[in-house]
Amino acid sequence: MRANDKVGIVIVSHSPDVARGTADMVRQMVGEDVPLGYCGGNPDGGLGTDVAKILKAIDEAWSEKGVAILVDLGGAETNSEMAVEMLDPERQGKVVICNAPIVEGAVMAATEAWGGASLEDVRRTAEELSPQ
Amino acid sequence: MNDWKSSSVVIRHEVGLHARPSVKLTKLAKTFASTIQISGSPEGPWIDAKSIVKVMAMKAKQDSTLYLRASGGDAASAVDALRGLVERDFDEDAAHAASG
Repeated sequence: MRANDKVGIVIVSHSPDVARGTADMVRQMVGEDVPLGYCGGNPDGGLGTDVAKILKAIDEAWSEKGVAILVDLGGAETNSEMAVEMLDPERQGKVVICNAPIVEGAVMAATEAWGGASLEDVRRTAEELSPQ
Repeated sequence: MNDWKSSSVVIRHEVGLHARPSVKLTKLAKTFASTIQISGSPEGPWIDAKSIVKVMAMKAKQDSTLYLRASGGDAASAVDALRGLVERDFDEDAAHAASG
């Protein structure tokens, strides 16, 4: 794996299009250097989220520095929590779900990750955007 | 206490310090060890140029002046590099700027 010196970013949306579009924004604005995974849609291809897809996205974005997950609505968060619980115990402590808007949070988190920030700093940067 | 290297530059980019330019400026700032701050006024308030959230929240507009200052071992090159990025219109084509 490359770029393991940077925190990875995972995008989990109900919509495959939103997930892909958000990932495009991260790629085009921040670049290719940050490990990135994304997923959207239920197993049938409709709107929703899927634990197996989230686990795969976490794998794709995996970094020893950790992984920050950005989610959109309710189920995206609960399914992401479930996915984190299914990870190996030593990985669980290196994954956080950010309380931040998905698109803005992903771009901000990736920018912070690009500079080599810690997982906690990446999360804090994304969450600076949340309503006070 | 801090020994600042300072400069200023007018933002010509047609949408100002918008999303993409903000990311570029922040990424460049992060490549320097020095403390780097920017402001829309020579009196401040100064914000951390390495904080993407704060840089984007500045919403510096086209034709406004961006004040830069840096303190640390590579302060002079940091100020030069950031001023250069703004002078080069953030290395963007005008065609891309409209959506930026």
